[in-house]
Amino acid sequence: MGTAQRVSRMMPFPAGAGMARALVERNVRAYKHAWTTLVSGFFEPVFYLFSLGVGMGALIGDIDAGNGRMVAYASFVAPALMAAAAMNGAVMDSTFNLFFKLKYAKLYDSVLATPLGPRDVAVGEISWALIRGGLYSTVFLLVAAVAGVVESWWAVLALPAAVLIGFAFAAVGMAATTFMRSWQDFEYINLTILPMFLFSATFFPLSAYPAALQWVVQATPLYHGAAMIRALMLGDVGASLLVHVIYLLVMGMIGAVFAARRIERLLLT
Amino acid sequence: MTLRAFEATDAPLISARGLTKRFGDFVAVDGIDLDVHRGEAFGFLGPNGAGKSSTMRMIGCVSPPSDGSLRILGLDPGADGSRIRSRLGVVPQRDTLDEELTVRENILVYGRYFGLSKAVVRERAAELLEFAQLADRADSVVEPLSGGMKRRLTIARSLVNEPELLLLDEPTTGLDPQARHVLWDRLFRLKRSGVTLVLTTHYMDEAEQLCDRLVVMDGGAIVAEGSPRQLIAEHSTREVLELRFAVDDHAPYQAKVADLARRIEVLPDRLLLYVDDGDAAAAAVHDRGLTPLSVLVRRSTLEDVFLHLTGRTLID
Repeated sequence: MGTAQRVSRMMPFPAGAGMARALVERNVRAYKHAWTTLVSGFFEPVFYLFSLGVGMGALIGDIDAGNGRMVAYASFVAPALMAAAAMNGAVMDSTFNLFFKLKYAKLYDSVLATPLGPRDVAVGEISWALIRGGLYSTVFLLVAAVAGVVESWWAVLALPAAVLIGFAFAAVGMAATTFMRSWQDFEYINLTILPMFLFSATFFPLSAYPAALQWVVQATPLYHGAAMIRALMLGDVGASLLVHVIYLLVMGMIGAVFAARRIERLLLT
Repeated sequence: MTLRAFEATDAPLISARGLTKRFGDFVAVDGIDLDVHRGEAFGFLGPNGAGKSSTMRMIGCVSPPSDGSLRILGLDPGADGSRIRSRLGVVPQRDTLDEELTVRENILVYGRYFGLSKAVVRERAAELLEFAQLADRADSVVEPLSGGMKRRLTIARSLVNEPELLLLDEPTTGLDPQARHVLWDRLFRLKRSGVTLVLTTHYMDEAEQLCDRLVVMDGGAIVAEGSPRQLIAEHSTREVLELRFAVDDHAPYQAKVADLARRIEVLPDRLLLYVDDGDAAAAAVHDRGLTPLSVLVRRSTLEDVFLHLTGRTLID
């Protein structure tokens, strides 16, 4: 038991039995029947890395990663791709997949008839999104290292960093999903995720944005995720890392508590 | 009180006083009192919208009461929902089987939700698949199963924690007669093995078959309570004479035969005469020169009780 139970007990509200692990186990079983959907998630960030980072990067050459340090474009963009992959994976799992389980499969109706409570559902589903995201991130990091775009051993910490990004987005995504009425509402998710993916100092440095927009960029969660992983992969470690970690941690905590409460209100009427 | 201390007493497994459920302005359950004792098969009989399912959800600790008191297994659902649920089996109105898993995995995974060890759930899954007559479909996915099979799997799944109290919401609605009989047989076995059954139904035959005691619900309230036989004795006559005439409106015939019966009900397609001796009443109808298309003498059922108490039929 351990982690899931402890995490579950830490959450202030609402009720749970510290049994989120059982739900994670359920998801592992379900994916054994649908392993292709799991595997496909590995490829997208790797494709981006080679087309944009390595391919386009050859045309772009070296760029300023901040503080006047010049790095290969692939080394600049790879951390952002890893952060974006963590975000995308978490959002997919906590929105589309969760909506299906909530509205159509009625999974949680049967789960909540057992000792598990809404908090277990939230913790269980978010944990699962993290495990899945962690797998993808590991593979991506290995590919990036082999491709020679990782500049520092600090990059090992990019794994927990990616999991943290996943946590923040999975928790908020889950809370948002509880408000979805139909599949049409998912357009709002796409409308949020896509611009964030493109404009969070992911593909070009913050200095390239107009001064007026820089603060908008810096307010987005993916900016913090990408900047955090970039600092680690480039070995550019400093106190600013802490800001990114706190931002994402707070975002995740608020999202998780809110998601659990929403599930309680939706299903335990 | 600890669970062990509770088990030593004869206290009811379920005890409700003034139990109320409101959704906004709508009162789904309107201050009901009830006690269900260990080993009983207890039924809620009533039409759709009578408040049966809302009551069941409150008992299942997935719906907080708006008012009144409720104790399940001696515990308070508000404070000890998880502990109570760990000892309940729940068969919801609509099957909520996990379609991403196989038949066997549905039981395995469900058992894990109760914190049972993998070895225990494996063993119980094998037994329960036998019990539900699904052993040969164990590794099939859920989707292609027939309605009756899915229902049996839902029941098997609800038994994985060896519950003391099994809640069944409309257990056989939507099943064909043969599938219903198979299911009733399984429920009888459970009852014999000492499981307390609480079920809702809008089928009077199901209530008569399965329930030792039942309450009739209408509009969120309990309108009668007792064993099926008691209810019939109290609220109906021994026999019923059904008369069908070759007319669209049976109301005009009411006056012509009213004095032959203790009570009379006019349905759109027939008259129901509540009498002690059906054959004698039928003879008297003929003596008056009336010629119904069909004449049927039968015993009173819970349907008649319901009709008498509420003025409506169970299945509209």
